[in-house]
Amino acid sequence: MIALLVRDLRLAFRAGGGFGLGLAFFLIVTVMVPFSVGPNSDTLSLIAPGILWLGALLACLLSLDRLLALDWEDGSLDLLATAPLPLEGVLSIKALAHWLTTGLPLVLAAPVLGVLLNLPAGGYLWITLSLLIGTPALSVVGTFGAALTVGLKRGGLLLSLLVMPLYVPTLIFGAEVARRGASGMSVETPLLMLAGITLGTIALLPFASAAVLRVNLR
Amino acid sequence: MIAVRDLGVSRGGMPVLAGVQFALSSGEALVLRGPNGIGKTTLLRTLARLQPPLCGEILGDVDDIAYAAHADGLKLTLTVDENLAFWARVFGGGDPEAAIRAFDLASLRDRPAGGLSAGQKRRLSLARLMVTGRRLWILDEPTVSLDAASVQLFASTIRSHLAAGGAAIMATHIDLGIEGRVLDLAPFKAKLPAFDADDAGGFL
Repeated sequence: MIALLVRDLRLAFRAGGGFGLGLAFFLIVTVMVPFSVGPNSDTLSLIAPGILWLGALLACLLSLDRLLALDWEDGSLDLLATAPLPLEGVLSIKALAHWLTTGLPLVLAAPVLGVLLNLPAGGYLWITLSLLIGTPALSVVGTFGAALTVGLKRGGLLLSLLVMPLYVPTLIFGAEVARRGASGMSVETPLLMLAGITLGTIALLPFASAAVLRVNLR
Repeated sequence: MIAVRDLGVSRGGMPVLAGVQFALSSGEALVLRGPNGIGKTTLLRTLARLQPPLCGEILGDVDDIAYAAHADGLKLTLTVDENLAFWARVFGGGDPEAAIRAFDLASLRDRPAGGLSAGQKRRLSLARLMVTGRRLWILDEPTVSLDAASVQLFASTIRSHLAAGGAAIMATHIDLGIEGRVLDLAPFKAKLPAFDADDAGGFL
């Protein structure tokens, strides 16, 4: 298991591995928003939590089609499926590697980019915390989507369409935590919902992902 | 080590082979022959439990099996050493050094797999079998893009694997000079349901 995690991280950091793709996209979205919306700082601070969450979600989505497709193309997915690792474990590790290379950099970048969007001072803690709690769910749900579409050539479009509705609850509660935090309201309810969604997907979805991947490998 | 009774396999929902029977014990090799499209790859994937059989049963421990497909399954940005070390750790089996010696990869070990020729990649992919520590090797066209010298390396690896109590099932068209049984799959071709011209008439 650890060997697989180390391999996936190493692949991500090598040339062409895709590390930084999501981060660069996130940077572009948040830098461009003030240009398109206008420099009115009241408007920007109002939409900042939502923009940061939407940018992080889209950046995550962008990197999903590499998650299993590369392993499928070169045949290593077949070999992993016949290896002594349980497929559920393989997919959980793949989701973890995806989070470490895509989700975690977004979490760390969000407070910095919040400055560009004039995020209110109270919001920095909550945008970071809500992304930290919410992005693992994006990776796990994304792995499920990747397992569903793994055999398809150019399955990226279908993958995005399939995964998008599954991302909606995380987006709603994540952005709500950040919005309430930024305006100084109580964040307890959306924060608990967000954490519940993340824990639920981590606990259940790897089994569904492994089941659909077994069907797709036939 | 593995026994197959009245096995039927399908590809894309269409039955391709039916009634396949054989048994293989340790130290034996089985070579599958048959024309293109007869279902050699499908049979091997079924034996490796990558897809369920249509009917019949496969007896034997799935944890004995190491499968090597058409595709090499190498990560092109990792070096030869890193590729082998990964599979050795996943399977918790053999010694990468022995595999590197057996397939003459010592001079390539620090090169990224993407920089290897097709034949060298194939040698690395076959070296992977040695580090799995599994007893039954299921090989799909193992000698593709190998030159004559590498085929000899591969044949001697198979021989020592068999001598050590292993077994191998392979689909190959070339003669490796290994004493083993040959199973011609042509007689097991599944009979498709007869095409009913009258039924199709209204359709055409």
